[in-house]
Amino acid sequence: MTDATPSTQNGPMLSADGTPLKKSLQIALRRQKIRALMLIAPLLLFVLISFIAPIADMLFRSVENEIVSETLPRTVIALEDWGYDDGKAAPPGEDVYAALYVDLSEAEELKVHTRLGSRLNYETTGMSSLFRKTGRGVGRMDTDIYADQFIALDPRWEDPAAWIALMDAPGISEVLPETASAWSSWQRILVSKNDDIAEEQPEDFLYPMLFRDLVRHPADRVAAYDGPNADMLAAARAAVDGFEAVSLEEQFIDIDKDWASPEIWGTIKAFSSPYTAGYFLSSVDLKLTPAGIEEQPESQQIYMLLFGRTLFMSMVIMGSCILLGYPIAYLLSNLPLRTSNLLLILVLLPFWTSLLVRTSAWKVLLQQQGVINDILVWLGLVADGDRLVMINNQFGTIVAMTHILLPFMILPLYSVMKTIPPSYVRAAKSLGATDWTAFWRVYFPQSVPGIGAGSILVFILSIGYYITPELVGGTTGTFISNRIAYHISSSLNWGLAAALGTILLAVVLVLYWVYDRIVGIDNVSLG
Amino acid sequence: MKSKLAILMCGAALAATGVQAQDAKMADSMTIVSWGGAYQKSQINAYAEPYKEKHPEVEIVWDESSNEAVAKLRAMNEAGNITWDLVDVVAADAIRLCDEGLAMEYDPDELLAPAPDGTPASEDFGDLIVSDCYIPQIVYSTTFGYRTDMVGDTPPTNICDVFDLEKYPGKRALEKRPINNMEWALLCDGVAKGDVYDVLETEEGQARALAKLDTIKDQVIWWSSGADTPQLLADGEVVMGSTYNGRLFSLIEEQNQPVAMLWDAQVFDLDGWIIPAGLPEERLARVKDFLMFATDTQRLADQAKYISYGPARSSSAPLVGKHAELGIEMAPHMPTDPANAKNTFLYNYTWWADYRDDLDAKFQAWLAQ
Repeated sequence: MTDATPSTQNGPMLSADGTPLKKSLQIALRRQKIRALMLIAPLLLFVLISFIAPIADMLFRSVENEIVSETLPRTVIALEDWGYDDGKAAPPGEDVYAALYVDLSEAEELKVHTRLGSRLNYETTGMSSLFRKTGRGVGRMDTDIYADQFIALDPRWEDPAAWIALMDAPGISEVLPETASAWSSWQRILVSKNDDIAEEQPEDFLYPMLFRDLVRHPADRVAAYDGPNADMLAAARAAVDGFEAVSLEEQFIDIDKDWASPEIWGTIKAFSSPYTAGYFLSSVDLKLTPAGIEEQPESQQIYMLLFGRTLFMSMVIMGSCILLGYPIAYLLSNLPLRTSNLLLILVLLPFWTSLLVRTSAWKVLLQQQGVINDILVWLGLVADGDRLVMINNQFGTIVAMTHILLPFMILPLYSVMKTIPPSYVRAAKSLGATDWTAFWRVYFPQSVPGIGAGSILVFILSIGYYITPELVGGTTGTFISNRIAYHISSSLNWGLAAALGTILLAVVLVLYWVYDRIVGIDNVSLG
Repeated sequence: MKSKLAILMCGAALAATGVQAQDAKMADSMTIVSWGGAYQKSQINAYAEPYKEKHPEVEIVWDESSNEAVAKLRAMNEAGNITWDLVDVVAADAIRLCDEGLAMEYDPDELLAPAPDGTPASEDFGDLIVSDCYIPQIVYSTTFGYRTDMVGDTPPTNICDVFDLEKYPGKRALEKRPINNMEWALLCDGVAKGDVYDVLETEEGQARALAKLDTIKDQVIWWSSGADTPQLLADGEVVMGSTYNGRLFSLIEEQNQPVAMLWDAQVFDLDGWIIPAGLPEERLARVKDFLMFATDTQRLADQAKYISYGPARSSSAPLVGKHAELGIEMAPHMPTDPANAKNTFLYNYTWWADYRDDLDAKFQAWLAQ
């Protein structure tokens, strides 16, 4: 052994520049991967931003429920100790009404209380107007007597500067917890209005909280406070026991007697968490109630029926597309090129026509005073009195949608059949197979990938269709997507729409998985 | 596509002029959302064209999206990019938009012109300002039309004839939603007009209304677009059907179809403007300027020249004249005309704001069964 022998003879192989070969190969490969990734990056980003992210955001809405705890933060916490007790519970105590008073005073100023009302109205009828009415009433409650009494006691209670000095003092949130909390609401209101806190006279809702804090505390605890304006506070503590008081509970019940109803409080409590299963329960005909999960009353069960109908009708449409499309595709692929091209244009022609035009054309054809009925009556096959009902029902939807989706079946079938060599069938026949056997045992198995591709296309397209069912479906031919569209555009219940959409997506994925297990996804070809 | 391009161009124009027109402080373009068709045309003729004569520099872009305005406004609001300046919606949608904080609250006496005799706008519009965000334009009604050649010698005169399959066999067209249908069903089931909403509030009342509708369910074609019933009537598919009175007017007077109006128990509703919440100052100033002009007494009366909807201002009513093209007196075709309004039904907005979600679920479940 000489010195020239590399000491790393038994170690890793080195490349020309001395780094281990394995590592330098990795670097080269990584560089290649990054380059490849850079090439697809624009598409990837585009898909992420314009497709995946919005869908994810929409799906997230199906569980999101932050509006309750954001609009009524204090009420939600105060309600924690209150139990609904199957509707037998008494309304919650004064503390909860006080929390609601501050929450609603802030929400009303920020104009968000009606939004919460519409949200809760999806769960309990009457919430919408309850919140609207209470929002109007909350500023007109008799609680202004507290402000009057404090100010009569010491005019400094009217002075923003005195309040600011008091509320900025360290430790004040322990001496006056509810007042400090209400003060933060007051600050948020002023920020939203771009007002200066040093110039605006404190709002009425601060004083009842101050009263509550002072009445509850023994005098010595207030005396322990030695920050700015301690004398003002001590004087107030000494005087509050003699103040005239109003019950916030009564004030709320005066505005609307529903505030005494356990149902209302139960609903708020049941939907107080930032995430809820309520939307998903609603989409499977269940209901999240204060007493727990219940079945919807029979007169309101609709979604399971619609899911079932959507799946069933999509299957039927897919089936009729196969039945109608297979012979056409077979014909196309076996005709001389010139003829088949002409026929292919005829297949594609409706494809280029507006969906609405095609659907309306079916209306003209199928309605009771329509072309088909007229011909049948003219031929004497049907009496004028009882013309066939062929539209505004399931039949109409299936006919119109089969027609609209047929090209999606024919085109994959055609491109697969085009690749099947005719010599196979000829060989089968020359070996003694009948026409049927040659077709069924030799030709058909080779065309299955086309059927698979066409079926997936047609099924998935039809499961999410809503324009055609809306126009020709009547009452028995509508799909789940019509309800989703209603909740998106009309009722604005986007949470429920998202939950229904998520379930639909999950059903499609499950069916896809089942298809993969039975037929095998490798066995699908677009040509 | 065209309208999108127009919006883009307006945006660019807005950005360009924003620098120069510092003192005017009004945007030079405005996107107005309406319903399309004859109704939008009447607004262009009565409001937009005269306004443009006074302000030739303003470009008005029309977007026909009122149908899905509520959802689109919410989406715009969430995206923080409001591209609409003025939106035409029905009263129920306005209440919803106001509740959601998507429409701007306004002061009628500050934003709207007083009547010629000095009556402040808030009194001139009166109760029709059903929400703090709503600027009503017209009163329309949902009512029935029937084929004169299919009802024999005794045409229907009563709303309950709709439920009478023996006297008037054939299909009927009703709207695919509970509103109006539930009320009519209860009226014809013997409930007094004043009690309808009290009855409808109860489970039994709702079941009663649906049971009444059940008696004609097989004979109903449910419509979801205002153009459906006129088409069904023209084709002879239905013997009678509910729709907006303006649609029936154009079917009868402009297309001369053998159809007549059954005004009984017509349900009044409103159509009007809302201003989207959160508009930039310059655009808001332009919208306010336009609204002051477009909702004055004369302009509202002018709109009735083009379409048979009643102006929302009481001071406009005496000024309603003849149809611009047909030359017929418009007053007898207004839903508010005394001869037509002998028996009317008032749509209760606040009641429906509460019960809409609940009853719609019940109604759709009933339909699907």
